[in-house]
This record gives sequence, structure tokens and C-alpha cells, in this order.
Amino acid sequence: MTSIDPTTTTVDTDADSAASAPADTRHGVLRRTFSAKRAWIGAIVLALITLWAFVGPLLAPFNATDSDVLAFGAPPGNGHWFGTNDIGQDIYAQTLVGLQKSIIIGLIAGPLATLIAGFVGAIAGYFGGVVDRVIVWVIDLLLVIPSFFILVLISPVFKQLSWVALVILIAVFSWMVMARVVRGQTMSLRERDFVKAARYMGVKPFTIIRRHIIPNVASLLIIDATLGVGAAIIFESTLSYFGFGIQTPDVSLGSLLAGYSGAAVTRPWLFLLPAATLVATVLATSLLGDAFRDAIDPTSGANRD
Amino acid sequence: MAGFLLKRLLNYIALTSVATVLGYLLISATLNPEARFLGRNPPVPQAAIDTALNRLGANPDVPLLVRLGNWVTHLVTTGSLGVSTRGTEVTADIFARSGTSLRLLIIGTVLGAVIGVLIGVWGAVRQYRASDQVTTYASFVVFATPTFVIAVVLMILATGLNGAAGTQLINFTGEYTPGLQGGFFTQLGDRLIHLLLPTITLTLIAVASYSRYQRSAMLDVMSADYIRTARSKGRTRGTAMFRHGVRVALIPMSTFFAYSFGLVLTGASVTELAFSWHGMGEYLIQSIGNNDINAGAGTILFTAILVLISGTLADFLYAALDPRVRV
Repeated sequence: MTSIDPTTTTVDTDADSAASAPADTRHGVLRRTFSAKRAWIGAIVLALITLWAFVGPLLAPFNATDSDVLAFGAPPGNGHWFGTNDIGQDIYAQTLVGLQKSIIIGLIAGPLATLIAGFVGAIAGYFGGVVDRVIVWVIDLLLVIPSFFILVLISPVFKQLSWVALVILIAVFSWMVMARVVRGQTMSLRERDFVKAARYMGVKPFTIIRRHIIPNVASLLIIDATLGVGAAIIFESTLSYFGFGIQTPDVSLGSLLAGYSGAAVTRPWLFLLPAATLVATVLATSLLGDAFRDAIDPTSGANRD
Repeated sequence: MAGFLLKRLLNYIALTSVATVLGYLLISATLNPEARFLGRNPPVPQAAIDTALNRLGANPDVPLLVRLGNWVTHLVTTGSLGVSTRGTEVTADIFARSGTSLRLLIIGTVLGAVIGVLIGVWGAVRQYRASDQVTTYASFVVFATPTFVIAVVLMILATGLNGAAGTQLINFTGEYTPGLQGGFFTQLGDRLIHLLLPTITLTLIAVASYSRYQRSAMLDVMSADYIRTARSKGRTRGTAMFRHGVRVALIPMSTFFAYSFGLVLTGASVTELAFSWHGMGEYLIQSIGNNDINAGAGTILFTAILVLISGTLADFLYAALDPRVRV
């Protein structure tokens, strides 16, 4: 994947400037991204949350499974920063354990879906003809049934496997819309001179896709991968909330919230504090992703296919 | 225009059929109806199991493609989706439950689309002003919140409100209060109150996504030449925006509407489940729990038909808005 170079932009009408001045463009994209305040907020919050998830448990006074017999169902305070559940387990420690899994799931599934979208979309757009029509039809087919329903239907199978299977399946059912966007971009890229030149020189199609198409849609892919992290976390937590995602002994924020939603009305801290952690994590990724989008893509937002 | 719509409709019908068939195969592969009979005490005789499975059309000794063929033939000739594991007709079950789901789905989608488009246009026209910033960040927060969290937070707030009022102002469990005595208006009022929180949940999600897309579509349009032309003809900024701008900005929205429908559908099922409504979302989840192939496949068909309808509606909208399609 060394050829993926986040330096060129899809929106450059002038191919030469993008190709000849990669260092400047890279600098420009980052500078433009981080000139937005929300990019800083997103990046810093995300870094802090990740650090917190993985270092926090070492510094916490309680672990996730021990019962504190002196504090059954206690509200936040008194050493239990997020309160305790009915049997005295520390919610703060449990939240961090769930957060770790949620972050890992998001960081794998989001970029993986983007990878699939990039290659499938580029292949469809580059080859055109029958290949394109078949791929577009498959995409439309996968969009007919919402991914959540498909994953619920096949949950009896992947429930018995490890959580890695779930992560891969989330990616496998989340790439479709982005693939259509990449396809659209590729269709215009393949008419550009540098791609034509490569083609007439006899460069193999997949080499062209790897060297010329993917780097030129890299900006789109970066946006999608960033936003995909948050989307995957939400997808997983929804599945887990209804019992179709992460299975015990693994814990994610979704399965943690599922356990405490019944008590949410009477002891809100059980639900609200882990939920706020989840929202903050996803919000940070989407702020960062959106800032990338604004910096890279002036036509941002609209789904033009 | 009729040709365009017909072509799209045929494509949708083909997609729906293939999706349903694949769905049936997928469910048959993952669910195991026989599991319901195994491990019971006293053991169920094999002959009884076979009879029951044959009645469901789910006997694993019959090749999968033959079962699929029977199911499809049965569906096409009699319009029946087979029998559920509880012995009821799946078609009847779906008719009974779809009203619950559709009511929530239609109200949420319509409210979400209308409010979303209005907020989007407003945000674009007042770009970077305080109101735009507020709606932008609010939609980010909604995007970042899973549907079930919105539902539970609303429940907590409603409980707080009920506690503060000292009486049960807002009921939110189920679709209506079971065993409620009273006339038509009491019943209607009861249902409307139960509808309140689920509708807010679903509308929030829809508004958040529609308003973002409408805002960016509108921003693209606002700098277009024809807006300037309309202004130079003497139109005011307001009418130029609305008569020429919003209409054009709605064209990409119609495509987005079709794409996002799956998301809204998922949101609606999650909302239903969170508020313990007996709709199609619950039916799907029960079908997994009961190893019920016919019920699961029926749900898939139902979903696919909804997507077909929404896609066709989006095409109509597209054709109505975009004069280029009409030639």
C-alpha cells in the first residue's frame, strides 16, 4: 500500500500541479485541515480518549470485575467516578474496557471498508462496460436490504466466531456508497492525460489503478476512512445493544450499554456516562473527518454520482 | 419520462426479487429450524420433527434449491409466505405488524425530510452565522449518537418530566396503554402520546442527515449563474433562492433520499425495539430467535418492497424536479 499517497487531490483540474508538487499539496491539505478549529478539537479529543482507554485502566482504583461490597448501586463519587452497578462493579473501569474494544473495532472496520470501496469503485470506474454494470448492480443489490438486517440475519453464524469476524463483516457491509463515489471519480480520471499516457505505454490496468487512480482519490478515501471509524463504532454498538454483536466475555460499549439500559431510568449514571463516552469518541472522529473533507474537497457533502 | 421511470421500476423489481431470493438462501443457511425440536425431554420422534419441518418447508433433507423453488412458487401462486414456527401465516403476521412500523416510518421520514430540508436551506443561506453553527454542531452530535442512546435519553428525560409533574404525562412503553378504558378520543390521545418519543427519535436522525446534505447541495447552487441571472432579472434574493435555488438543490437530494432510506429503515427498527413496539423490527429479531426461516424471509421481502417503493418515489421526485429527464 506504499503507493497510496495522500498528496494529490481529486478536485485539482490541473493534473500537473498535483503531480509535480506533492510536498506542497500535502502541506497544504494538512494546513487547511488544521486551520479549522474543529480539526484540532477532533484530533486532540480522539488522542486523549484513545490514551485514556488504554492507559486509564492502569491508573484506575478498581478493575472491571471486582465487586466493592461497600458500594452496591452507588452513584458517582467516593472513588467510583462513574458509580457502581448492583453488585458493586466499577462502571468507570467497565467503560474503559468497553471503550478499548469499541476503538479497536472502529479503527479496523472503518479503514477496511474504505479499502474495499476504493478498489471496487476504481475497478468499476476504470474498466467500465460489463464489469462496471455488474459491480454497480451488486452495490445496488447490497443497498436493497439494510446492512443492519443482514448482519442480524447472519448473527447466528458469526456469534460463534471471535469478534474479529464481526469486525470484518461490518466492513464487508459498509463500503457500498463510497464505492459509487470512487467509481464516479475514476470515470473522469481515466480520461485524463496522465492515465491515458500510462495506458498507451502499455502499463497494466491494475498497475494504473494502484499507481494513478487510487492516489488521486486518496483524499476521498482518507475522509471516508476517518468518518468510517465513527460509523463502525456506532454500527457495532447498535448490533451489540440488541445482542447480535460482541459476545461475552468480550465487552464493547454497545454490549455494556445493553446491560444497563434497563436501569437507565432509575439509575441514569449506569447508562449515561458510558453513552457519553461513546458519543464523545464518535463525535471526535466525525469532527476530524469533516475538517479533512472541507480541506480537501470543495464539493464536500453532496452525494453526486 | 415514462420510459425513464419504467426502466428504473423494472430494475428495482429485479433487485427486489434477487435480494429476496438471496435473503431466503442466506437465512436457510444460518438458521436451523430443527434445533427447536432437539434436546427436548421427552425426545420428539423423528417422524414428528419431519412432519413439522415439512409443513414449514424447511426440511433439511430436501435440497435447498428445491425448498427455495417451492417457497417462490407458493408465494407467486398463492401470495402466501408460508407458515411461521408458531403456526401462524407469515403474510398475516406481516400485515398485522406492518401498520405499526409504517406509521412510525412514514411520520418520521416525512417530518425528517421537510424539517431537514428547511434547516439545510436556512443553514446555507446563513452560512457561518450563529444559527448555522448551532445546527451544524447539533447535527454532528446526533450523527455521533446511536439511535438507541437517543431513545433511552429521551426516556430518562420523560421520566424526569413525569416525576416533576407528579403524574404520568408521557407514556413511552409500547404503542398504546393495554386495557385502557375510554372512547375513541381517549384511545387516540393515548396512541399519540405513545408516538411522541419514538417520532422525536426518528425525526432527529432524519433531520440531522437531510439537513447536512441539503445545506451542501444548496451551497453549490447559490453561486450558480442562473441565480445571478434571476437576480439580474429583478428577482429578490429570497424568491431567486426559492424559485430557482431550492428546486435545483433538491435534485441531488432525491437520490440521497433513496440511498438514505435504508438508514432510516434501520433507525425505525431500532426505535421500535427500544420503545417495545410490536413492529417488523421485533418480528425480524424474533424470527432469528425462533429459527423461523419463513418469517425471516418474509421480513426481507417486506424490507425490499419498502426500498423499492422509496426508490420509485425518489425517481418520481427526480423526474418532477429535473426538466432534463422529461424530454
